[in-house]
Amino acid sequence: MEIAIDIDWALACYADDVPENGGVCMKHGNEQIAIYNFSRRGEWYATQNLCPHKQQMSLSRGMIGSVGELCEPKVACPFHKKTFSLLSGECLSGDDYKIKTYPVKVIDGRVYVGIV
Amino acid sequence: MSKPTIIVVGNGMVGYKFCEKLVSKTSAFNIIVFGEEPRRAYDRVHLSEYFAGKSADDLSMSTASWYVDHHIQLHLDDPIQEIDRFNKTVHSLNGIALSYDYLILATGSSAFVPDIPGIEKEGVFVYRTIEDLDLIKAYAVNAKNAAVMGGGLLGLEAAKALIDLGIKETHVIEFAPRLMPRQIDGAGSAMLQSKLNKLGLSIHLNKTTDCIAGGNKVEALRFIDDTLLAVDMLVISAGIRPRDELAKLAGLQVGTRGGIIVNERMQTSDNSIFAIGECALYDNMIYGLVAPGYEMADVVVSQLTGNVKSFHGFDMSTKLKLIGVDVASFGDAFIAEPACRTIVFDDTHKGIYKRINISNDGKLLLGGILIGDADAYNMLLQTVNNKIALPPNPEDMILGSRGGEQSEGAGVMSLPDDVLICSCEAVTKGDICGVINDGATDLDTIKKCTKAGTGCGGCVPMVKDLIAGTMKANGQYIKNVICEHFDYSRQELYDLVKINELKNYDLVLDHFGKGDGCETCKPLVASILSSLWNDLIVKQDTIQDSNDRYLANIQKGGTYSVVPRIPGGEITPEKLITIGQVAQKYGLYTKITGGQRIDMFGAHVSDLPLIWEELIDAGFESGHAYGKALRTVKSCVGSTWCRFGLHDSVSFAIEIEERYKGLRSPHKLKGGVSGCIRECAEAQSKDFGIIATEKGWNLYICGNGGSKPQHAQLLAADIDGKTLIRYLDRFLMFYIKTADPLTRTATWLNKMDGGMSYLKNVVINDSLSIACQLEEEMQLLVDSFHCEWKEVVNNPDLRKRFTHFVNAPGEKDPSVKFEGMREQVKAIW
Repeated sequence: MEIAIDIDWALACYADDVPENGGVCMKHGNEQIAIYNFSRRGEWYATQNLCPHKQQMSLSRGMIGSVGELCEPKVACPFHKKTFSLLSGECLSGDDYKIKTYPVKVIDGRVYVGIV
Repeated sequence: MSKPTIIVVGNGMVGYKFCEKLVSKTSAFNIIVFGEEPRRAYDRVHLSEYFAGKSADDLSMSTASWYVDHHIQLHLDDPIQEIDRFNKTVHSLNGIALSYDYLILATGSSAFVPDIPGIEKEGVFVYRTIEDLDLIKAYAVNAKNAAVMGGGLLGLEAAKALIDLGIKETHVIEFAPRLMPRQIDGAGSAMLQSKLNKLGLSIHLNKTTDCIAGGNKVEALRFIDDTLLAVDMLVISAGIRPRDELAKLAGLQVGTRGGIIVNERMQTSDNSIFAIGECALYDNMIYGLVAPGYEMADVVVSQLTGNVKSFHGFDMSTKLKLIGVDVASFGDAFIAEPACRTIVFDDTHKGIYKRINISNDGKLLLGGILIGDADAYNMLLQTVNNKIALPPNPEDMILGSRGGEQSEGAGVMSLPDDVLICSCEAVTKGDICGVINDGATDLDTIKKCTKAGTGCGGCVPMVKDLIAGTMKANGQYIKNVICEHFDYSRQELYDLVKINELKNYDLVLDHFGKGDGCETCKPLVASILSSLWNDLIVKQDTIQDSNDRYLANIQKGGTYSVVPRIPGGEITPEKLITIGQVAQKYGLYTKITGGQRIDMFGAHVSDLPLIWEELIDAGFESGHAYGKALRTVKSCVGSTWCRFGLHDSVSFAIEIEERYKGLRSPHKLKGGVSGCIRECAEAQSKDFGIIATEKGWNLYICGNGGSKPQHAQLLAADIDGKTLIRYLDRFLMFYIKTADPLTRTATWLNKMDGGMSYLKNVVINDSLSIACQLEEEMQLLVDSFHCEWKEVVNNPDLRKRFTHFVNAPGEKDPSVKFEGMREQVKAIW
């Protein structure tokens, strides 16, 4: 049986618009979505652009990296270096914040973000 | 079946903490909170920081979405007016009526206002809420002098707030013969008083106010000894009064002097109503601190989740920084001979007073007081609370070990496992060591797993000691490594990158690291690569800190500031006009910086290349204000204009700034050149400072301002300009090669074995035979200088990266908003 998930794939940009191992910000209606090109691992991620710590629209400008034995991918907010998992959106710096994550797919050099 | 309902009356620190603790344990309750104040619970302990620049948002205990995320209904600005215990219902001011299964009273306290004639006059305030602070702030604009009634902990905080507001003359009136009468003794008070006097506070002890004189407004205070003190405003901070009026109205038992009576389970005389925090009276005592309030909240959460925990009083020991002065009191601070023996250290030169009270048999520590230096507080408190046997020379505990052997961190490791390390979150040493033994070896992980150190943060040094001590005990090697991705110190990695001629981050990570890197090692490697090869940093923009990535300083709200280089602080009228025109065109706020240049704030990321294009056309270069790099070389007017100047300090400052501009280093670098010993350039507070003498120049190094100011030290005297630059080359390059990340030159020198005499030998006597090499390496960096902004402006691919929205390049971030202030703009956020 096929499970149908209602995902609306929004075209964000071309893959080469996004710097390697860095991020950009996409405008989707009134939402701001950060898209990360984790080229070192050949992976793409997307999260909300707003850092919940001080309510700054900043995560797309943060540095990405990994943490722990399992190399969990993460982004660090450029303001106060709060870090968030790119998989679960959970804050990895000991706070209770959680950010929204979105699925990403790249087809023919175009980057799409899944709006659930 | 629907969930049982808990209604929390009061949204202060303790009320919030109750909710936080409850939702972390269970989702079995429907939680509704009523608060009287118009805003979410905020950190009242640090209220005075509101005047020191923190916003109401900074002080907030939670984010706006926190209550929603945890399905808690929050009614602000709507106090509960009535409790109907028979029907188990509450009624709010706005007419909401709700029934409860459990009611939590966290109504807190209000300021106690003594009944003195004239107390109703205009200009008399209390110090309790952000609204009180706003009223004080507005009134203080027209006040020249002010008094605080009450020399306790809160009163002194209020006095600090008045100083921060710019009141010229601030008085503290205390009825008792000493300051902070509940915490410290007469000698401690005298020491504190002399420190506060130096900060401009006038302290009046033994003063009882008879009446407040004036017409509609307060004009003076009249004391019972018939003296008079003229003041424009008065802030009352004479103690707290529990908010028990709602409980009283509902027929709950209250104490004769106020406070809702509770048992050890925090239950009031009605089984389904609890009271916690400053409104609760346990064993005839009101606990006016936040830590016991949190403990009470924890006790109630335990009851509700079927656990057994009770409240048995709380240690009221405190440590705080009052107007920059450490004050601590612990255990039985006041017990005196013959009931004990006291050891007192009284240093009026440095302003340090320490007193410990020990048992007559010399075995136990009973309590004590620390003023001016409270570093030993945590250890002393644990020694009292755990009845740890005193060392043979108990004075070592306040004076430090002098000559004997004592290993670092041994103190905290000797504590038993059930010792409370973090009293805000009730975390024991055993909890923390358990997590470390399970493999958590960094502070962040420990904060996350145990919540230790997330409250006031006072225990963080002890947690760090525990990490080091536990790892050592487990035989783990503690090395000063960069992060989890690189098992090297910065100096080791610097050498490895150099020897292997690695030119980009990924290569460095592949050769010497593991994983995918992080926000610690990326900018560190970027700095090493710049110091070695001086390649254009925007080529590897995603390993740079945000400021280096966008070649501008990120500011509140997400806009950037722009600082063109103005070498030596010298600028032509034409260039000044350009800056003015650019700022006007792009709507930027302008301010003169401490480094003699002009900062333009509020630039949208997409405007940065446009702004720089105009600046570069007018002959400006990047000022590298965004980088860990040479910032400015400040100069005085010098001999060209100044009648005292010995040499031309401006020309020399410009020469030096031009030489080292763009130089990347472990931390920022600042310099100064003064044309005579009057030292108007403040060169001795810089990483390198140059002062003209009759015979040449004196070179000072390793000074800094900042949170721990330190004067630069003399490296060489009466040298000529050429020699000076050679010494500077060697010194700066040696620093760049050997310092730990984010270490200023002063700290680097402080940690150096052999200190200044060693450094002198390296730089002047070439004791390591590396002087030539250092000079060559510096010359390479000087020769390869490029203006990063010029490169970006002329490169369309690089310019493209300066957009906020990848799919709407022309559009600016709509969340950036400004408001007017003194005819300029400031960010709203």
